[in-house]
Amino acid sequence: MSDESASSREKIARQFIEAIPHSRALGMTLGEIGAGRAVIGMDYDERFIGDPETGVLHGGAVSALMDTCGGAAVMVHPDAPLGTATISLRIDYMRAATPGQRITATAECYHVTRSVAFVRATAVDSDASRPVATATGTFTVERPKS
Amino acid sequence: MSRRPEPVQVVKQRRDAALQSLVARVPYMQFLGITIDRRGDELTGVLAFDEALIGNPMLPALHGGVTAAFLEMTAIMELSWAMVWEDMEGGKTAEAAPEIHLPKTIDFTVDYLRTGLPRDAYARATVNRSGRRYASVQVEAWQDNRSRLFAQATGHFLMPKRDG
Repeated sequence: MSDESASSREKIARQFIEAIPHSRALGMTLGEIGAGRAVIGMDYDERFIGDPETGVLHGGAVSALMDTCGGAAVMVHPDAPLGTATISLRIDYMRAATPGQRITATAECYHVTRSVAFVRATAVDSDASRPVATATGTFTVERPKS
Repeated sequence: MSRRPEPVQVVKQRRDAALQSLVARVPYMQFLGITIDRRGDELTGVLAFDEALIGNPMLPALHGGVTAAFLEMTAIMELSWAMVWEDMEGGKTAEAAPEIHLPKTIDFTVDYLRTGLPRDAYARATVNRSGRRYASVQVEAWQDNRSRLFAQATGHFLMPKRDG
């Protein structure tokens, strides 16, 4: 793929991802995207708390971030078309995210077949050396019917 | 003196209040618009559709993260409710606001079986095993038709330390 088409694909992907209503509701902001890799951040918000005793974010908010980031990584993979949907997503919660801190997810689409894209992702808070959660997912590859 | 069963409305009121106080504690449930419907000890998670839950505006379809959160929330409520029920019905807590710690998710795996349509969704969880420290839970979610699941999940949870 030429640099030009890669950058136009990134532009379309960026527009699409930034228009997702639920991602907007969670205040997700798209960082660097390209070559099957995406970075998306989400600020801490008291409305997203899952356990009021500790103030820790609900796992579901982290799932939404991981899912969006995984889909974004597929969309910007050079061998995949833009359309994709999640087939499965597994998340391992390694520790509680520190209340008050922004969460940043990085997803990598590491393999694409004709029909399936394979993704792994990691989420961190301010302490990037100790991930909060990791995820692996499979996504559909929506190729135009030929 | 033999104990007469309590009047039905007293029992129902106590159970509903206990469930509502459990649900009201989780801000993210309010944010997503998830409520819990109870029939006896059976719980059903109810996700009321809202435009803010959309993940793909072109189809349109529910965001996969909403589906995952809905399933995870239903699983946590099922596990927590089982603890509350045990305490309440065992006479451990007389009051309708039982103080229990919530289980913590260890891992959660979601199968997306069909597109989540822009309408209400329902979910029910089954606890396959709940030990002193760990629990394994399965959850199913559907929309119009109970037999046509749009997602299912399985997850493992760390159970809170309990007295006794």
